[in-house]
Amino acid sequence: MQLNLSKEKLIEMYKKMFEIRCFEEKVFELYAQNLVPGTIHLYAGEEAVAVGVCSNLRKDDYITSTHRGHGHCIAKGAEPKRIMAEILGKKTGYCKGKGGSMHIADFNVGMLGATAVVGAGLPIAVGAGVSIRLRGTANVVACFFGDGASNQGTFHEAINMAAIWKLPVIFVCENNVYAMGTRHSTVMLVENIADRAIAYGIPGVAVDGNNVLTVYEAAQKAVERARKGEGPTLIECKTYRHKGHSRIDPAKYRPKEEVEEWLSKDPIKRFKQKLLQTKVLLEAEIQQIEERVSAEIEEAVKFAIESPHPSPEEALEDVYA
Amino acid sequence: MRKVTYKEALREALREEMSRDPTVFLLGEDIGRYWGGAFKVTKGLAEEFGDERVRDTPISESAIIGAAVGAAITGTRPVAEIMFGDLTALAMDQIANQAAKIHYMFGGQVEVPLVIRTPFGAGVNIAAHHSQSLEGWFMHVPGLYVAVPSTPYDAKGLLKTAIRGSNPVFFCEHKLLYPMEGEVPEDEYIVPFGVADVKRKGSDVTIVATLYMVHQALNAAKELEAEGISVEVVDPRTLAPLDKHTIIGSVKKTGRLVVVSEDCKTAGVSAEIAAVVAEEAIDYLDAPVKRVAEPDTPIPFSPPLEQYVIPNEKSIIKAVKEIA
Repeated sequence: MQLNLSKEKLIEMYKKMFEIRCFEEKVFELYAQNLVPGTIHLYAGEEAVAVGVCSNLRKDDYITSTHRGHGHCIAKGAEPKRIMAEILGKKTGYCKGKGGSMHIADFNVGMLGATAVVGAGLPIAVGAGVSIRLRGTANVVACFFGDGASNQGTFHEAINMAAIWKLPVIFVCENNVYAMGTRHSTVMLVENIADRAIAYGIPGVAVDGNNVLTVYEAAQKAVERARKGEGPTLIECKTYRHKGHSRIDPAKYRPKEEVEEWLSKDPIKRFKQKLLQTKVLLEAEIQQIEERVSAEIEEAVKFAIESPHPSPEEALEDVYA
Repeated sequence: MRKVTYKEALREALREEMSRDPTVFLLGEDIGRYWGGAFKVTKGLAEEFGDERVRDTPISESAIIGAAVGAAITGTRPVAEIMFGDLTALAMDQIANQAAKIHYMFGGQVEVPLVIRTPFGAGVNIAAHHSQSLEGWFMHVPGLYVAVPSTPYDAKGLLKTAIRGSNPVFFCEHKLLYPMEGEVPEDEYIVPFGVADVKRKGSDVTIVATLYMVHQALNAAKELEAEGISVEVVDPRTLAPLDKHTIIGSVKKTGRLVVVSEDCKTAGVSAEIAAVVAEEAIDYLDAPVKRVAEPDTPIPFSPPLEQYVIPNEKSIIKAVKEIA
């Protein structure tokens, strides 16, 4: 782990990672209390990916996200209280209750929205790249998707298109080993999804997705390349979701030893240890950060619970602009 | 007034909007300087506006529409071309799940000003994968507007409205209309969405028709006039929004309705228009509604087979006479 980042930046990164974890634990609790309609796909365990990538982005850079998207939203700077309100189907949510957990967007921070169709975000990220080029700004797009999405046709179409046009897109594959219950080794023969980059003539790099600094470094390189107009990069972040695919999925298809091994590589614990070892932060300072974040998330929950539902007839609004 | 072809009218609309607004750009397969579009609609535009604004794409329909969606939600106005209407099936997720739903599912945060142009229609012997009319599919998708211009005038005016709008527009063209000439003013104009055009006035029977079928209906009307039957031809010009007011107004006057559409009969354009009239104006009908549509088959290749399934002047005349 390289630590050539400012103390301020490192603290911000830790805070974001902890914020995501704390947020997801609350969502899980609320779900158990029957306060969350529908389903949920938790990001816990993958925090290093969203934070490692988004810490390289400016506010007006873009991201696209997936059904497992709460972490991306928080990492890009969306407000937890409005995300939580959306998850609870409230009027104060980002999408006024029309989107829910799988469709959160915050265009004010460049979060172009989560799509729940696996692989559908890749071409959309390409389009944001075309738009950046046409409007002549120096922005970039980070496109998050999973190992499952890399078997969609859109993966091929989008990365190829971004490559030939040298678009400022960073394709970030969160390989969390399972697409729902399907282990990636049963649906692809390559060990590294990053190797598929060769087919498009662009750099592909596989990194430890549970190490936020490794992800940061890989993303930094890719973002620099994109901003210089040299084209896209495919980054595969090897990670693991702590919970099942969705809702109450007990994830029995995962061997116990495998789960334990990944839990021991918890990205937040590892980053905390690193910060302590290198004396960037003291235990007491970390505790302070965690307490502050926990209180903020409690506030977000309170806001969401106390917010009103939309009135039923609002279902008919916003079909057309 | 000067006459231009449907194809030229479309090109004029693209050129004028690209000149007016630097965020308007085109993308599609073979639309650039080497080919100018399979039907030459975009010919010359790459030379005029450059390759970045007239982007030749790989054969990747899903990425073409997806890229248009991503560009539309980040401050530009893409006009995507899908070479043949049948191939929109390859991009259906991006059209129906992304483009059409983004404004709604994100709570109205963002507009999706995107146009998808594609030609439908049979009659040129290119069989099942290049000939179907699928307007009905897109009319069924909330969040999409669907334009169906039948004349050069409407084609130009509707395309300009589509490009300037705030919503995704599925813009249906027709292969047999591209070479057709019609009057188009030199001066700038637009044609608003949701306003039908009465292409011919009449008093005995209303025919509602779209795209190439408007011309078949007009030919039929001329012949029927000689036999003493006065036909009114209503062209909705957009299927979404649908100008129910004009259609129902005409039915109230004539008491008889024939709906003509080149898409399949079942759950198609003709089914929807017939249902609207049944629901909102059945008391004004003096006879059952007749539908003249494609008989629920893929489009066959061999000329006699193909001609058999496309609605035409004769089948329209037959339907009118059954209720007149």
